[in-house]
Amino acid sequence: MSPERATEHPAAAAAAEPGNAYEALNEGDDPRWAYGTGFADPLAGVDTRVPSGVDAADLAGYCLMLGDDALVMSHRLQEWCTRAPELEEEVALANIALDLLGQARLLLSRAGAAEGAGRDEDALAYLRDPGGFRNVRLVEAENGDFGHAMARLLVFAAWRLALLDRLAGSRDPVLAAVAAKGVKEVAYHRDYAAGWVVRLGDGTAYSRERMAAGLAAVWPLVPELFARHEVEARLAAAGVAADPAGLRAEFDQVLDQVLTAATLARPPERPGPVRAAGRAGEHTPALATLLAELQSVARAHPGAAW
Amino acid sequence: MSGRAWQVAAEVADPELPVVTLADLGILRAVDETPAGVVVTITPTYSGCPAMAAIRADVAAALRAAGYAPVEVRTRLAPPWTTDWITERGRRRLAEAGLAPPGAAPARASGPVPLSLGPRRGVPCPRCGAGRTEERSRFGATACTALWWCQDCREPFEHVKEI
Repeated sequence: MSPERATEHPAAAAAAEPGNAYEALNEGDDPRWAYGTGFADPLAGVDTRVPSGVDAADLAGYCLMLGDDALVMSHRLQEWCTRAPELEEEVALANIALDLLGQARLLLSRAGAAEGAGRDEDALAYLRDPGGFRNVRLVEAENGDFGHAMARLLVFAAWRLALLDRLAGSRDPVLAAVAAKGVKEVAYHRDYAAGWVVRLGDGTAYSRERMAAGLAAVWPLVPELFARHEVEARLAAAGVAADPAGLRAEFDQVLDQVLTAATLARPPERPGPVRAAGRAGEHTPALATLLAELQSVARAHPGAAW
Repeated sequence: MSGRAWQVAAEVADPELPVVTLADLGILRAVDETPAGVVVTITPTYSGCPAMAAIRADVAAALRAAGYAPVEVRTRLAPPWTTDWITERGRRRLAEAGLAPPGAAPARASGPVPLSLGPRRGVPCPRCGAGRTEERSRFGATACTALWWCQDCREPFEHVKEI
């Protein structure tokens, strides 16, 4: 996510020769023109001290949860590049993925700063095994068709918007600022997904069938979104986190509004208690496959800078 | 804000919308000249805006070229950027370049963020001024724009979306 500037990159080597095209573009130590360079710490200059009375390890763990949700969801959306049904939707999915990747960078950086062990966003994104990831299982499930993608995005965005909206009042000012920004972005994502769920659900018999199938595939992963991990419980009590159980009413209201307009029924839910499995690092094999791709370059070249 | 370093930083063009400057966009929050150098404070537009790295490099390069050193560029996350911070000059320049400037950002008194279903209307065409326009794509070539189309002059145009 933020590879360091390298000296041996072809662009850098070419820039050293007089009179070539790179030199005209590159003034001094301007880092933009070699691919992959120029990303600075997204929290540069931000006060990342942990507020008094807040457990630093809990705060780091909580930011990992929220950052991993965004990172893994972003990756699944990125997988739609070159596969979307229309160019406009490809642009839309890539834009949403980019917003979420930006949120992930901020949250992983915040986690690393709170942890205080010297791990930056890259170390956290690329060098943790699946058991170290704290995302909900909803985001790691394999992609299906476009109806599935819109069902998952609607569920994810409706839930995350309710969550971020509450976190805008968090006692951690960094988390509060990241959340307040994210509210604006995720509200736009939710409107986009809702528009497609209505269009497909209230469309042809075939589009309706596919949209309903997408919802049915996603729905078993919904209850986990509102299950409470002990870190979330402790930080909610400390005024830092939002209690996931408290998001359900708003989520239901939004989903009901969309599904009514889409003339679709809400899929049945299996009763009974649900564990916060993903938050505890218990994942499906789909996450390992996803991470194998996401982390492959960083893992193949440990410590590489380019 | 009227120091010379501010003036230099303020006139740096946005890399993705080069018709407007950082000051036009409202992302330049502070430029502090100290005996130890210049500290520039910027608020990002979108969380994942890929132009932020280029903006940081551009601001630092412009200030160094004007004789300031060292230059530090800091991020300020709160309050979050809103398109309401785009100046009148910025809006005029966007429109002159064929980009429809944003309307007022959505305001919310209290309660949950309302869901918005259905088409958006009311963005005047920046080329012919007609009001008969429609949204073609909610997202565009950059994080901050959507793609619209004018039914009168039959031209597509970009609209800086309100956030």
